[in-house]
Amino acid sequence: MTVSNIQVSETPLVLYTLRRADDALVLGHRLSEWCGHAPILEEDMALANMGLDLLGQARELYSYAARVEGRDNDEDKLAYLRDVRQYRNLLLLEQPNGDFARTMVRQLFYSAFADLYWRAMMKSSDATLAAIAAKSEKESAYHLRHSSEWIIRLGDGTEESHARSQAAIDHLWAFTGEMFAVDEPERSLIDKGIVIDPAGLRPLWLKTISGVIAEATLTLPTNDWMQQGGRSGRHSEHLGHLLSELQYMQRSFPGLTW
Amino acid sequence: MVAVQDRPELQQRAWDAVASVVDPEIPVLTIADLGVLRHVAVAGDRVEVAITPTYSGCPAMNMIALEIELALAREGFPNARVRTVLSPAWTTDWMSEEGRRKLKDYGIAPPEPKSSRRALFGVQQVKCPQCGSADTELLSEFGSTSCKALWRCKSCREPFDYFKCH
Repeated sequence: MTVSNIQVSETPLVLYTLRRADDALVLGHRLSEWCGHAPILEEDMALANMGLDLLGQARELYSYAARVEGRDNDEDKLAYLRDVRQYRNLLLLEQPNGDFARTMVRQLFYSAFADLYWRAMMKSSDATLAAIAAKSEKESAYHLRHSSEWIIRLGDGTEESHARSQAAIDHLWAFTGEMFAVDEPERSLIDKGIVIDPAGLRPLWLKTISGVIAEATLTLPTNDWMQQGGRSGRHSEHLGHLLSELQYMQRSFPGLTW
Repeated sequence: MVAVQDRPELQQRAWDAVASVVDPEIPVLTIADLGVLRHVAVAGDRVEVAITPTYSGCPAMNMIALEIELALAREGFPNARVRTVLSPAWTTDWMSEEGRRKLKDYGIAPPEPKSSRRALFGVQQVKCPQCGSADTELLSEFGSTSCKALWRCKSCREPFDYFKCH
């Protein structure tokens, strides 16, 4: 049996909201993959908890995107019935977990951004986005603290943990530029004061992660060539595999409910 | 339809029914103690209830909504609607004094009032809910539910849950 993909009218606000919803869902799903596999029990709980926060954020954002779109889509259809090319998340967040260092570097890069981003978005003229931001910034701050402490411990730990952390930073660095990129639809929302311009957050983001990475005795790459594409649906090969697991039930048993 | 102001006792009965619902994860706390209950309004034969999540992904919200509907049905309000509101965002400051006391008696260290981002990134001092000692250490920032962290008392050696500030 096949289930066809839904169509979404991506007005700038719908597209914007879907992008953030996809970010939260995809990273939340990645973190959930650690459940039962983390190096220690406490960390298993931490990763699952952070994944749960992100899943909660994703649900609010998908529901809002569906309301703004005003057709018959809802949070579940948006999550389960769009194909890879319809997903709008950052490439950084779909990258496989790899080893624990790579998961934590990904978390540090993103939560340092999300912490600043959601705090700034609390001033959005859109009341729903401002409310979601106010909820998310508290959670992001917690994720940032957790991943920062791990990076310091890993980088300033053994030769092995140091080498793995440095390799993770070098590998993921090229995916960080996309967080600050702005395209035409998003520019129109920025001009109206509905959303903030992420480019302005980069100096502070760099300062946050530089502090952590220096304390961890690690170094940031100087290479500034950046990978992009996720925001417009051009993904790495990894997202399709992630979605095949995430969407399996609804694709195999359409309309299944608990 | 009877105007609400004409029937304050009806309003009170609905509120009392909803306010008695407990958090399924921390059964000593009602949703009113926790500050999760925002609003109860009776209009005609309908009751509108607004609740707010502690954390975005809190899985207890669905359970709480169901419990609210059941509690209202038992009090003769079969027509209830529970919606979730996000604003203003819940913080631990929404928890009542009564709630903090019940938490401590239950063995969970209550959140410090007036928490802020500075508290989150600064040094935390959490008192052991068993013996009151301030000589405690963090075991895990994430505990058995999204709203708790796991600590241990270095005086009485008991591990305990701490309700995360935020």
